[in-house]
Amino acid sequence: MDPEFTAYPLRQLADAALQRARQLGASRADFRAERIRGQRIQLSDGNLETQFDSDDLGLAVRVVVDGTWGFASAVDMTPEAAARAAAEAVDVARVAAPISTERIQLADEPAHGEVTWLSAYEVDPFDISVADKIALLSSWSRRLLDADGVDHVDASLYQVRECKFYTDGATTALQQRVRLHPSVTAVAVAADGRFETMRTLAPPAGRGFEYLTGAGWDFDAELAELPSLLAEKMAAPSVESGRYDLVIDPSNLFLTIHESIGHATELDRALGYEAAYAGTSFATFDKLGSLQYGSPVMHVTGDRTTEHGLATIGFDDEGVAGQSWDLVTGGVLTGYQLDRRIAAAANLGRSNGCAFADSPSHMPIQRMANVSLQPAANGPSTAELIASVTDGIYIVGDKSWSIDMQRYNFQFTGQRFYRIRNGRLDGQLKDVAYQATTTDFWNSMEAVGGPQTYVLGGAFNCGKGQPGQVAPVSHGCPSVVMRGIRILNTVEEAGT
Amino acid sequence: MTENSPQEAVERALAAAKSDDCIVIADEGSAANLRWAGNSLTTNGVSRSRQLTVVAVTRSGDEARVGVVSRAGVRSDQIADVVAEAEAAAAGAAPAEDAQPLVPANPVSGAGWDHPPAETEISVFAGFAADLGAAFATAAGGGRKLYGFAEHEMTSSYIGTSSGLRLRHDQPSGRLELNAKSADMATSAWAGTGTRDFGDVDVTSLEADLAQRLDWAKRSVSLPAGRYETLLPPTAVADLLIYLYWSAGAKDALDGRTVFSKAGGGTRVGEQLAGLPLSLYSDPAEAGLQCAPFVVAHASSRESSVFDNGLPTGRTDWIAAGTLGALVQTRHTARLSGLPVTPAIDNLVLTAPDAAGSIAEMVGRTSRGLLLTCLWYIREVDPQTLLLTGLTRDGVYLVENGEVTGAVNNFRFNESPVALLARITEMGATVPTLPREWADYFTRAAMAPLRVEGFNMSSVSQAS
Repeated sequence: MDPEFTAYPLRQLADAALQRARQLGASRADFRAERIRGQRIQLSDGNLETQFDSDDLGLAVRVVVDGTWGFASAVDMTPEAAARAAAEAVDVARVAAPISTERIQLADEPAHGEVTWLSAYEVDPFDISVADKIALLSSWSRRLLDADGVDHVDASLYQVRECKFYTDGATTALQQRVRLHPSVTAVAVAADGRFETMRTLAPPAGRGFEYLTGAGWDFDAELAELPSLLAEKMAAPSVESGRYDLVIDPSNLFLTIHESIGHATELDRALGYEAAYAGTSFATFDKLGSLQYGSPVMHVTGDRTTEHGLATIGFDDEGVAGQSWDLVTGGVLTGYQLDRRIAAAANLGRSNGCAFADSPSHMPIQRMANVSLQPAANGPSTAELIASVTDGIYIVGDKSWSIDMQRYNFQFTGQRFYRIRNGRLDGQLKDVAYQATTTDFWNSMEAVGGPQTYVLGGAFNCGKGQPGQVAPVSHGCPSVVMRGIRILNTVEEAGT
Repeated sequence: MTENSPQEAVERALAAAKSDDCIVIADEGSAANLRWAGNSLTTNGVSRSRQLTVVAVTRSGDEARVGVVSRAGVRSDQIADVVAEAEAAAAGAAPAEDAQPLVPANPVSGAGWDHPPAETEISVFAGFAADLGAAFATAAGGGRKLYGFAEHEMTSSYIGTSSGLRLRHDQPSGRLELNAKSADMATSAWAGTGTRDFGDVDVTSLEADLAQRLDWAKRSVSLPAGRYETLLPPTAVADLLIYLYWSAGAKDALDGRTVFSKAGGGTRVGEQLAGLPLSLYSDPAEAGLQCAPFVVAHASSRESSVFDNGLPTGRTDWIAAGTLGALVQTRHTARLSGLPVTPAIDNLVLTAPDAAGSIAEMVGRTSRGLLLTCLWYIREVDPQTLLLTGLTRDGVYLVENGEVTGAVNNFRFNESPVALLARITEMGATVPTLPREWADYFTRAAMAPLRVEGFNMSSVSQAS
């Protein structure tokens, strides 16, 4: 545990805040203190472009006064600042109360007492020197720049160490987790001005620096094949738009899961709390237990417990212990993601622990768990799935994404697209995007791969809420076969 | 100036610096927000921030190594530690590709330096909250539900450098987003506005406008995907052109990697992009949209350089009379491109000579077309053409014979804002607007409504 963080008088700060809140009439109050270290390193063609170390520190007090939320944060880690923040939070609630008709209630959660939790990692990336990290990214860049057909290389590494202290009196949780996201992109530019890119598929992970040196991903192997993959893409024919059967690799499908299942099964959205911004959901509460979300082979879970998952944590920002649960079972909507307010509002019993605030400056809201599509036990390999397709496309890696505000209509692109003819790959295509309506898409899923095809992907940058908050989240999935999906040619779409 | 003031923090950091050059940025921020759903406030709060950023520069000949450390809530006794961390980072860094001399002190340096940071607090909403409560009651009486968000932020930034530069800037930012829905949630309308102080926000008028739009939606019309003559309101124009602006980095263009790259090398600066003589510009002095008149760069990137901190900025025409006039440049990229130094500026304005009239007047001149409310979930599909995808949201209306005749289903669009410039057939008067999609990052815009031929609605969205 970060000794600089634990050196702050966290319990004393909490006592000052919670006592002040109670004195001023709060019926409930909780306290968080956080330290979030970040480091971003970016190289352009092997030259250092960005080195930026951030260190966010502060405390937050959330209260309920007369049934209304109030929230305030402070940057000074002193009892006086904590007490002042509590008073400001109460002031906010009193300003809001006259025009708040909803009475805030929170679902019950067992008291967990004093608990400590650390994520699974071996080497804290902040224990590695900046020079060593730059040297590693530089060597990766040089390796690609030395290859034929590579004109430019972007290499980046973003690392976070997040420390949280939470207490509501019943549960006091001290937690720390680490995550990092390495990325390398090779660029080819032709004399006629055409250009293409090829990015590594290595997902961001809740791991330490060991991730870059062989634990969980083989960067050497991936970097070795990037130049030839890029060259093939540069020479690839442009796709003919139409309907195709698709084999979708986990490196692409994780993002489709994120957008079309992850956000759609957030109950705060389905109930309208995000209606003006992130949107609502077609998966409305009245459809719980009946909506045929996808085909019978579709089994989707939510969890905050997967090892190395980006949304994994011991206790959420309302003191709820991490859990796992079903969202879609046999293709039918069977669950939602919840925080304590939403669980109570929907009479669903205990929260499943999805409250998260991305900084001490922000109030916790319901954020996404690790939402994952489960593989088929003893299911087929990716090669076997490809063999089942006569006329189709195999899609690998994520790139562009967009979905509407009720999670119906989406469009995705990818890093590379292979033509499938008679069960075999027949070279790359380019200019490909796929577009579908969520339930049509998931109901077209004919087969899911076995555990050997399962990969935990994810992203650092899931946005939601106002003020805007960014959350990291993972999504595991196997390769899948989808039948009859609309493929667009992006050059034709541009009208050029 | 108190011991813990941002000015004192800057001076202490500079005094502690042992590197060849040092840049210190102290940011003091405060924010207040209200959020509501279903005619009731939901989550509301205030926050404060204090950030100290130290840029340590170690020079050797033409090379410079840079370390940047930015830390929140730094106490006086921790300032030297932050400087030391930045210097240690610089010692371990590779040479910075954007190395330049620091910006020298200039005549405006020091103006307002001693003033305390500006602040905002929840009371900024005192009058607004009362009006909002009245709007809730009006909406409820009319069978409507209001959703939305109001936010006011104030950031005071102080820059000091070892070259003697002392600059400060106070940046107020505010916005209101108001969304009205019918009781059955089947129809929706949206309005938004940027503001510096909430003194100019008329929530009553906005609610009435939304009620009218929900009335328009009482007749619904299903239309298929296709290319339509489309009236884009200022907020939608802002979202498309802000993305164009964000994609106008000179370095990427020089590398041959953007829509603004010239085949065979160089950039497309000087090429005609639009048929109309429109101008797309940024100006830190633009009335109502004022922003920092100098560079504030906490980190280097492809479009910014820490070495440029304090560099004065002025009106820059990214597109002038329909021609690509400038790309976003640092001093480093300007040397590479041979073009003027034109750093990014935090506002954007679209104008054209003789452009006049509101979007309502443009509706009156439309025989058949679509009127949009705003765009949503805009993402880049293809950087070669700057093809963007996204959705229409909160009201697409069919215009026939000069009148709105009903509400149309939503669409997914695939369009390039660059290609679109050549298909603008009419432009209205420029007005301040809030970019719906990018308002988390960019609130200062003034745009004109546009009439565009053949806007590509790629598919129908069932979302309402």
